[in-house]
Amino acid sequence: MESRVMIKKSSLVNSSAMQKVLAFGSLILLVVVFSVLSPNFLTKSNIISILLATAVNGVLAVGVTFVIITGGIDLSIGTVMTFASVIAGVFITMWGMPIWIGVLGAIGAGALCGFINGFNVAKFKIPAFIATLGMMMITKGLSLVISGAKPIYFTDTPVFSKISTGMTFGIPNAVYIFFTAAIIAGVVLGKTLLGRYTFAIGSNLEATRLSGVSTQKWLIAIHTLTGAFCGIAGILMAARLNSAQPALGQGYELDAIAAVVIGGTSLSGGKGTILGTIIGAFIMSTLINGLRILSVPQEWQTVVTGIIVIGAVIADVARKQKN
Amino acid sequence: MKKLVALLLSLLMVASIIGCTSEQPADSKDSSTGTKTEEKAKTEEKAEEKASTEEKDTLYIPVISKGFQHQFWQAVKSGAEQAAKDYGVEITFEGPETEAMVDKQIEMIEAAMSKQPDALCLAALDSQAVIPLLNQADAAGIPIIGFDSGVDSDIPVATAATDNLAAAAVAADKMAEAIGNEGKVALVVHDQTSKTGVDRRDGFVKRIEEAYPNIEIVDIQYGEGDQLKSTDIAKSIIQANPDIKGIFGANEGSAIGVLNAVKELGKEGEVVVIGYDSGKLQQDAIRNGTMLGAVTQDPIGIGYKAVEAAVKAVNGESVEKDIDTGFFWFDQSNIDTEEIQARLYE
Repeated sequence: MESRVMIKKSSLVNSSAMQKVLAFGSLILLVVVFSVLSPNFLTKSNIISILLATAVNGVLAVGVTFVIITGGIDLSIGTVMTFASVIAGVFITMWGMPIWIGVLGAIGAGALCGFINGFNVAKFKIPAFIATLGMMMITKGLSLVISGAKPIYFTDTPVFSKISTGMTFGIPNAVYIFFTAAIIAGVVLGKTLLGRYTFAIGSNLEATRLSGVSTQKWLIAIHTLTGAFCGIAGILMAARLNSAQPALGQGYELDAIAAVVIGGTSLSGGKGTILGTIIGAFIMSTLINGLRILSVPQEWQTVVTGIIVIGAVIADVARKQKN
Repeated sequence: MKKLVALLLSLLMVASIIGCTSEQPADSKDSSTGTKTEEKAKTEEKAEEKASTEEKDTLYIPVISKGFQHQFWQAVKSGAEQAAKDYGVEITFEGPETEAMVDKQIEMIEAAMSKQPDALCLAALDSQAVIPLLNQADAAGIPIIGFDSGVDSDIPVATAATDNLAAAAVAADKMAEAIGNEGKVALVVHDQTSKTGVDRRDGFVKRIEEAYPNIEIVDIQYGEGDQLKSTDIAKSIIQANPDIKGIFGANEGSAIGVLNAVKELGKEGEVVVIGYDSGKLQQDAIRNGTMLGAVTQDPIGIGYKAVEAAVKAVNGESVEKDIDTGFFWFDQSNIDTEEIQARLYE
């Protein structure tokens, strides 16, 4: 029994390492191809554009990686992100609170939504698909209710937009925040108890529970963490747009989940890495950016992205069969 | 076995849900006694409702828009409400959550028709899909007034809308003037399927092609009116064409995206930005010079004139078939005039 577990673990390490090499290789290949096809692709300002364009989706993707590794799914991440940005808008512009309180409020709102998702999934045993679909609708509606279906502008607090668009050493702050969030997520997933239980629950929830782990408690914590990341994404988005746009958000969950899948995290759970997700997010944004630079019509950009997502899953399945 | 039962059950559930939502048209066909009594009760109810509205002697006119959360629709709503007040009629204003929800809008029309309205104002999301319902309304003698965008049918008594082709052509003229009649320009449009998206794109492109041979349109991309997506799109366009002279954003979200892109790339003053619609950020940008100007429709006028035309149609007065609600070019020079301020929507 023990040796079987050992074997499984080692093959898991190998395949995830291979996945990372494969994903990173694809990213490099994309960059090379686009650089050859267009002289405007590999310029400093375009690279910064790609980094900035990845930030919001990247933070969402990093956040949802946790839930997906548990074998769950979170369809509410896009609208929770928007809800969080609206909360920041309420705190900062309507109540005139300091920006840092608005930021904490947004992250807190995201975490609360995640907590409710986790509670519904773990305690009430509602399938994650349904629980988070409900949360998607609730947060979408609440964002409109709270904002009066109007954008909330941060024009009176110009510092707020600096969170995303301000430059440090020539790189937008949103990019630093994205990488910091990703590093924290990587450490949590790789080095902490929460990370270990995330994998354990995804591999076998029942076995994890029987070995004395309070899986309900940990599932709630994991969903809460994912929600908090939505809050961070909400801040990055609002700061970049200098406004909280209550009608945005739906559809963003699919882009984030696509990035996670391209990054090699299995939708059946138990396997995945933050680094993979980051590479996945970069593959998506680089691809779209490159196709736009080449003036490829939009409809074809979407088709190509779809093919890449399916390709990533096929590669995942093929590797599993090999193992 | 268990799976089979589960499958059957879920199918049953789906069927019942579909049954519920399509209750309205199913009613008339269904001949089972149960629904018949229900139907009877419903017609009685309707008659009562009708009687009560007649008693009050106020006309009931439902207004069904393409959406409600955009500032534009809120402005249309306020215009419609103003007309309702002026003419002493009762209106309801509703629209689906996104402009892709054609089915939801159809349900709203069905529900509105079941209330036996005196007239119906409609901004159709899909001009083909609503035709059967329009025929039904025509048969029932309910006048239909189109607003914002037309329907491919003779049934609407009138349509109150902006001439988007003409408005976008004005944007093209202003763009040409600003860049000295030569150079590269691009468009960020909200979508390539709706009439407003298509008309604004074509109005701009045709005008440039006809009148300005030295201007080259290098790219047309679509951002769903999503500010973030439009920002990244506009950035890519500028990256791909570093010598680009100007970009036209075909609705508020697109225009804000273009503005963001120009700001993020530090190209303020180098790339001419022209927008469509208004909104706080566009107004600020025009005041501080990052946006040259924009075309604004008159959404309050659209809402007002639609309801006004409906009232006239019910009273048997003649109504103009195409009510051009007009558009306005605004820039730094006239943004604070009364004429423009009354048309801007935040």
